[in-house]
Amino acid sequence: MARSVTTRRKTINTAVAWAIGFLIFFPILWTILTSFKTEAQAINDPPLFLFFDWTLENYAVVQERSDYMRFLWNSVIIAGGSTVLGLMIAIPAAWSMAFVPSKRTKDILMWMLSTKMLPAVGVLYPIYLLFIQLGLLDTRTGLTIVMMLINLPIIVWMLYTYFKEIPGEILEAARMDGASLKEEILYILTPMAIPGIASTMLLNFILAWNEAFWTLNLTAAKAAPLTAFIASYSSPEGLFYAKLSAASTMAIAPILILGWFSQKQLVRGLTFGAVK
Amino acid sequence: MGQITLNQITKSFGDVQVIPPLDLQINDGEFVVFVGPSGCGKSTLLRLIAGLEDTTSGEINIDGRDATEVPPAKRGLAMVFQSYALYPHMSVRKNIAFPLRMAGLDKAAQDAKVEAAAKVLNLTDYLERRPGQLSGGQRQRVAIGRAIVREPAAFLFDEPLSNLDAALRVNMRLEISELHQSLETTMIYVTHDQVEAMTMADKIVVLQAGVIEQVGSPLDLYHTPKNKFVAGFIGSPKMNFLMGGYAAEFDATTIGVRPEHLSVSATEGKWQGKVGVSEHLGSDTFLYVDIEGLDEPLTVRSSGEVALRHGDIVHLTPDPEKIHRFDNQGLRMA
Repeated sequence: MARSVTTRRKTINTAVAWAIGFLIFFPILWTILTSFKTEAQAINDPPLFLFFDWTLENYAVVQERSDYMRFLWNSVIIAGGSTVLGLMIAIPAAWSMAFVPSKRTKDILMWMLSTKMLPAVGVLYPIYLLFIQLGLLDTRTGLTIVMMLINLPIIVWMLYTYFKEIPGEILEAARMDGASLKEEILYILTPMAIPGIASTMLLNFILAWNEAFWTLNLTAAKAAPLTAFIASYSSPEGLFYAKLSAASTMAIAPILILGWFSQKQLVRGLTFGAVK
Repeated sequence: MGQITLNQITKSFGDVQVIPPLDLQINDGEFVVFVGPSGCGKSTLLRLIAGLEDTTSGEINIDGRDATEVPPAKRGLAMVFQSYALYPHMSVRKNIAFPLRMAGLDKAAQDAKVEAAAKVLNLTDYLERRPGQLSGGQRQRVAIGRAIVREPAAFLFDEPLSNLDAALRVNMRLEISELHQSLETTMIYVTHDQVEAMTMADKIVVLQAGVIEQVGSPLDLYHTPKNKFVAGFIGSPKMNFLMGGYAAEFDATTIGVRPEHLSVSATEGKWQGKVGVSEHLGSDTFLYVDIEGLDEPLTVRSSGEVALRHGDIVHLTPDPEKIHRFDNQGLRMA
């Protein structure tokens, strides 16, 4: 028997859900609001919520002081490049783990994931030295590679779960039909896993876009993405809240819009395997 | 051509040997059925021939060529899977054309072959549909279509009808038999259903625990089963086995009598018993008769008009010509 849900209960649930949603979204909302205030209003006590003199001045100043488009372009290249590169490596890797597993497959998967538990700063020094040696410091190539490597375990894991859902017999049929390994992956596996691959791409893109530790430490001016752009507006004195907020809003806007339009894919990607 | 020879083939998964050394000869154009209970290794044997599993040792020869190390795509065999294994993201046309596309045929030649196959299989109206929009029988036909366009040396069927309902299964059985007659190509067919085996096969291979118990034509197996296992597996309803005194009378450890070789009389006969259950099928009546000293009732196949009911006393007499005698190893005695 289904649990009876009264209208009142439904209303309460909805209200609670909205309240939690609002709480989570509040910092972002506050950042956006602050970006439209003057510096004085931004630090006003008590805080001003909606009734202040709305201004676009901060955006004008930020745009004047630094070249937003250059940072944006760096972000797009690094996030996009690392995602594509990651998929090229992860698809064959996940294929072999899902369809020709060995005794050690589970261990390898766990080991890959365990690298994500390592504090990033623990390997900053060796990677920094490597970057100097290889001349990769402050290059988009270098950052793309690092970004790809740190997200690779997640991409492989996600693709592995998607691929596990595909019946092996279909791939065997392709093999019987004369498909080589490359053709089997290209014409059968990939098209069948498109929804999974799409949500993996999206999630990875967002993770790479938001990543700040490596981008801040390995770039200076040339390859700096939007995270570095935000950081350049924070000062220890905290005097420029409004401008910092304007910069932050500009940095998160593209990914916020992308996320909004791909909600369905993202939710599916994040809950895959957990909910069937 | 489609002559396949298995030479001392073995297969182990880890330490478990599922197929001990096995020899088998399949002639060109033959319809061979591998039959046996589940887990007897019949599907594994088919997958070894297909190349989807590697042999542990031994040699597979296809048309005089050693194919043991040849990948599945290059063996020139086509397979129809139990789950159909159609490509869900492709239309029926693209599904059937896939092996041709892999072989590098040009578009016009692909289309011509697909149309021809679709016509044979009554799929012409469904060519633009996706597999998800088809019924089970239609999907199975698409899978067969995908196999025939390749013009393979042999077709491999892995329990292709087990996902269909009973009526459709009989239809598809006929269609596959007709296909075999028109194509005259070697077919290897795996099933656990002895009725499918009996009705379709030129040659039946009975397997148990990876071992071939007997190879022969359906009637060979029916009339002269080599051992108790084959005797019990082939034929429906199952053969009756009698031991102890009943068998000693015929100088055997066990004797076997098929239900159709027992005659029933109300007044006199060799063995007396009481009718337990009677199943009236119209054409036949199956009687389950309890005999004193036997653990299981004897099954009797009688005419449709028999009016015996539960509790009636009957007398059964076996046809002396049709009694199968087995020794203490379960092997057939001459």
